[in-house]
Amino acid sequence: MTQLAARRLRRLVLVVAVVLFGGGCTAGAIAWNPPIRPIAAPAPASFPAATVAQGATLAAIGDCAVCHTAAHGAPFAGGRPIPTPFGTIYATNITPDPTTGIGHWSLAAFRRALRHGIDRRGEHLYPALPYTHFTHATDADIAALYAFLMTRRPVHAVAPANRLPFPLDWRPLLAGWNLLYLHPGVWRPDPAQSAEWNRGAYLVQALGHCGACHTPRNGLGAEETGQALAGGKAEGWYAPPLQAGSPAPHKWTVAELTTYLRTGVDRAHGAAAGPMRQVTDELATVPAADLHAIAVYIATLMPPAPPTVPPRPAPVADSSATAIFAGACGACHAADAPMTRDGAPSLARSTAVNATTPRNVIAIILHGLPWRDGHAGPYMPGFADALTNAQVAAIAAYVRAHYTDRPPWPHLPAAVRAARHDQALHAASRSQAMRAASRDPAVRAASRDQIVRAASRDGDRT
Amino acid sequence: MTGLTVNGQHHEVDATPDTPLLYVLRDDLELNGAKFGCGLGQCGACTVLVDGAPVFSCLTPLALLAGRKVTTIEGLGTIAAPGPVQRAFIEEQAAQCGYCIAGMVMRAHALLARTPDPTEQEIRDGMNPNLCRCGTHMRILAAVRRAAAAMRSAAPVQAG
Amino acid sequence: MTPVLSRRDLLGSGGGLLVMAAMPVAPVTSSPLAPPPPLPGSLRTTPLLDAWIHVRPDGGITAFTGKAELGQGLTTALIQVVAEELDVAPARVALITADTGRTPNEGFTAGSHSMQDSGTALLNAAAQARLLLVAQAAAELGVAEKSLTVANGVVHAPGGASRTYGALAAKLSLHTRATPSAGLKDPATYRVIGRSLPRIDIPAKLTGAPSYVQDIRLPGMLHARAVRQPSAGAILLHADTDAVSRLPGVVKVIRDGSYLAVVAAKEWQAIQAMRALAASATWRETTTLPEQSAIPGLIRTLPSRDIPVLTWTHPAAPPVKRLRARFTRPYEMHAAIGPSCAVALAEPNELIVWTHTQGVFPLRTALAQLLRMPKDQIRCIQVEGSGCYGHNGADDAAADAALIARALPGRPIRVQWMREQENTSEPFGSAMVGEVSAALDAAGRIVDWDYGVWSNTHNTRPVVGGLLLANAALPDPLPVPPPEPIPMPEGGGDRNSNPIYAFPNAHVVYHFVPEMPLRVSALRSLGAHLNIFALESFMDELAHAAGADPVAFRLRHLTDPRGRAAIAAAADRFGWATPSPRTPGHGRGFAFARYKNLGAYCAVALDLTVEHETGRIQLGRVVAAVDSGQAINPDGIRNQIEGAIVQSASWTLYEEVRFDRRRITSTDWSFYPILRFPAAPASVEVHVLDRPGQPFLGTGEAGQGPMAAAIANALFDATGARLRDLPLSAARVKAAIGV
Repeated sequence: MTQLAARRLRRLVLVVAVVLFGGGCTAGAIAWNPPIRPIAAPAPASFPAATVAQGATLAAIGDCAVCHTAAHGAPFAGGRPIPTPFGTIYATNITPDPTTGIGHWSLAAFRRALRHGIDRRGEHLYPALPYTHFTHATDADIAALYAFLMTRRPVHAVAPANRLPFPLDWRPLLAGWNLLYLHPGVWRPDPAQSAEWNRGAYLVQALGHCGACHTPRNGLGAEETGQALAGGKAEGWYAPPLQAGSPAPHKWTVAELTTYLRTGVDRAHGAAAGPMRQVTDELATVPAADLHAIAVYIATLMPPAPPTVPPRPAPVADSSATAIFAGACGACHAADAPMTRDGAPSLARSTAVNATTPRNVIAIILHGLPWRDGHAGPYMPGFADALTNAQVAAIAAYVRAHYTDRPPWPHLPAAVRAARHDQALHAASRSQAMRAASRDPAVRAASRDQIVRAASRDGDRT
Repeated sequence: MTGLTVNGQHHEVDATPDTPLLYVLRDDLELNGAKFGCGLGQCGACTVLVDGAPVFSCLTPLALLAGRKVTTIEGLGTIAAPGPVQRAFIEEQAAQCGYCIAGMVMRAHALLARTPDPTEQEIRDGMNPNLCRCGTHMRILAAVRRAAAAMRSAAPVQAG
Repeated sequence: MTPVLSRRDLLGSGGGLLVMAAMPVAPVTSSPLAPPPPLPGSLRTTPLLDAWIHVRPDGGITAFTGKAELGQGLTTALIQVVAEELDVAPARVALITADTGRTPNEGFTAGSHSMQDSGTALLNAAAQARLLLVAQAAAELGVAEKSLTVANGVVHAPGGASRTYGALAAKLSLHTRATPSAGLKDPATYRVIGRSLPRIDIPAKLTGAPSYVQDIRLPGMLHARAVRQPSAGAILLHADTDAVSRLPGVVKVIRDGSYLAVVAAKEWQAIQAMRALAASATWRETTTLPEQSAIPGLIRTLPSRDIPVLTWTHPAAPPVKRLRARFTRPYEMHAAIGPSCAVALAEPNELIVWTHTQGVFPLRTALAQLLRMPKDQIRCIQVEGSGCYGHNGADDAAADAALIARALPGRPIRVQWMREQENTSEPFGSAMVGEVSAALDAAGRIVDWDYGVWSNTHNTRPVVGGLLLANAALPDPLPVPPPEPIPMPEGGGDRNSNPIYAFPNAHVVYHFVPEMPLRVSALRSLGAHLNIFALESFMDELAHAAGADPVAFRLRHLTDPRGRAAIAAAADRFGWATPSPRTPGHGRGFAFARYKNLGAYCAVALDLTVEHETGRIQLGRVVAAVDSGQAINPDGIRNQIEGAIVQSASWTLYEEVRFDRRRITSTDWSFYPILRFPAAPASVEVHVLDRPGQPFLGTGEAGQGPMAAAIANALFDATGARLRDLPLSAARVKAAIGV
């Protein structure tokens, strides 16, 4: 049995436990939620422009478009596969299309979805929607977000069906999960801290849902209590700790964090990669004051000084890895490469290279940093086609040894194999969704930012 | 000396293992197809196949190539007998200056090997790593579509 | 055969590169007879027929042009011209392109002039050579010239007797002056001209045959790399030349003032040595660049020399409405896919430079000055490089190769620039500002037009040594001449600032700005890009203000019948009269120009979709109509216009040179992004309006301006937002359309 299969089995055992628990709960009335009456889609002009603008900022902080937009799809029209340890969930259409989006949703229905993970018709949503964070958002912010989404262009689009094993495809189970892990209640400021700190803390913990990726999750997919922002996983990438456990070898200042959040790159730390890149792309549109507030809050969580690492004996030079690094990586990452002279940080500064797990180094070697559709910014080619697993492992080991004093990562070859496997699964679900969309004759005829016209069904739920 | 298999032929080349394949192809083996464009994996002018997969030869040191097979555009056909992708590019007159075009052919070749019946979006995404500055994109896309059709009609019909 | 030619043959031995055979050619000099009558095209400066046409003993033709193949398909088109007028199969025509040792001096291959200059010269030279050959045959066969026919280089008499061109030419001299016009065929009888002959260079390029200067390999050749000054005028304080000279493969490290270069046996060794040398170097950087955000506005405020372009004063109806607007573009890059390259060899009596320059003769002059050697000891041979789109690093790389070769006599030296060198050292297209105001009368006609354009020069081509990049690094630099404007009617910054439309009153001024914050020179279409963007965007604004359809509004103001036909053709093929049902974010736009008001006519209609949430523009269907006069190769024209459309889309949507207060920071494609495949238009159709018998009109640059304006006009149609500052980036569009 592969390691992965073993992991899956362990999860399944936990799942069964929850089933039993959830089953008990379902017996009661907990799992039953009434539908909320559909409304006629409100006229966009009925929302004040200032509220819509505020909603736009909050939607960017909440990364709504990141999950709710498929590759080449219309923004907010859903269809993007969200890989989870339990299966693939496809993000829903949150444009105000009446039949496939949230056009019939009242503010009350929208608020309930964000606060309690219950859709308009009373069905549970999967916690891939981070309602455990959104539940702390203020009424005003939820209303602004609602105003923003209800003034978007309606797009008729139905997301593909989720691919979850039985019994996880039975939504009432989530009642039990919510009982354990959903803690509603509007976020309370800490009077001992500054207004800016509190603003940052609120944005991070509520709509920003940073913990959804940066907090480790338990076997049931819930964020571990007491481990907030201690480092987690997202789509095959490692979301590093944003608190005392941060491996960054150079202390993050507020200014650096602000720059990083706004541009996706900071000269003292490096570039955002993987899912974080889309987050920083969204944040680029957010007012500076909010980004600064987030940075102020995060900076106070970070270690006061970078971790000290005991020196260790110089690694034995691996001439093959040295040659591979010189020829494959040196054009950008060698000490005398133009990119380095232009201010890109040395790999010694990289959080990924200093992290406890090799996950991000492996991911970035395999997949690089993608192009940004005409925007200037950091790019790196992926080497998935050029390198064997052993070669990826050799480069990762070389980088770790050459640029840090930290101990070698154990089990590198297995980690590379697992990363390839995860990526293959993810790529398959992504390309399946895209091909299904682009093969649809209606879509072929339509312009490319229109999306799947699949079977007509109510798109209210995930 | 380092061993290297290119277009089915084994060569012993006098180059250090850190030398990117591009320079060995051009300067040691005197093959012109792969071009230096950026040396950074950003433009695709140097694209060749390694075990059938498209790679930037400017970032592929010899040390990576032990036991692996390299294919360049010279291995796909000749002026007298061009391969199907080359033929499609010629028929579409899909070049202006043509500096990028060998890389385009190699990228397209790999794309069609993996996805014989690509959608328009898959072609555009598949060709995304390669840059053309003359603006020959429309002809290149047409050539890839033409090559796909030609290769499908030439391929034996598969059961199922 | 001279050693030089054998090297050149060696260059071609891999298959198909340029040269078929070497033969003595009469020296290219002007006839002592004077004064010459007006001759067509470049015959004016090179009037002897044998400078253009040589009949080989086998009856094949070798033709000579001073113009360069830049990927625009020039070679194929010129071969068609020669084949047509000489009645030989195109396959029997070999073309020798720009070479100071062999071809006419036709200056630069620029400004879409090649067909006008060289095509016209070859057309007439070939026709006149045919007359001489047929006359010779008539004399030999004792029949009237009129009774003879020619088929593929063989002259046939009615009775069956024949003579081959080869045999005839042996008894004939083409060392004779051309006449103004003689022997040209009736265009209605053309069999080769007007056909889309496949490009002769494409099969070689698709199969890896040597095709570029980058592909030259000569025996004993070494690889060199220069270490560029990190910013303009930087002074080299220290470089560890000793350590670098001990690196593997390094043959020589050159330091001359602030000029640094390495030479190594192998290319990778040269690159590594260059990196090491660059890392070891310390510089004193003195240049202060302006704030990038201050550009292009700064260009508007720098001291300028005001050059009147035109003043029209005619009676007109009283104005009822006046509009004003300002249009800008940033610095833009040529950004060739293949960095500049050259090979040079210093022999005892001659320095040979293989280069992808656009002007071998001017480059020779500049190199002679830079190297302080006589011009006649330098030979510049043009070999195709990566597409250049104007004055890029080609000449400067040639200077590198020449400087380095001189230090290693007898060894061929190949220099290719690195990506960051190309991006930071090439001369950019100037940032520009155009300010326009116009008045409409009550009937919706433009009665007054006022336009001013501010720009640096668009020409710092190296006609003298001081303009070569390396000059500034050398210890005893040559003087740098002050920039000069290119006079109208072609113009530089003011190119196409003169409206083609019939306005009763107009006033146009070119504010030529001599001070150059960044090094600039000719980029495809020069000032026409911004001027047409401004003019044709503003025509749309005025049409909107007049409540008129944009196409009808243009026709209302245009009298030129060929311009009207191009507009009508594009509108018709696009289906402008029957607009598709409006969907949110979808818009269509139209624009038109005649390049320089002298060259090809080009009208563009397109549609696009704007993604409201991001401001991202996705181009849909693009339809163009082009009138290039007599079309020699319609597919060649289509290929050029398609290329112009896609390249201009990239300029318009994305491009902008980035810099900080000291250095250019657009060092690679990640910080100078250009259009990639997913953003290419859904389709591009180009309709060629053939004009048999009409003069050839330059085509290569005709699409840049109209495409830019058509995008802006469609963006306005889609969103109601009028953007006047290039690039029309997603962020700018989003900011304009709001939440």
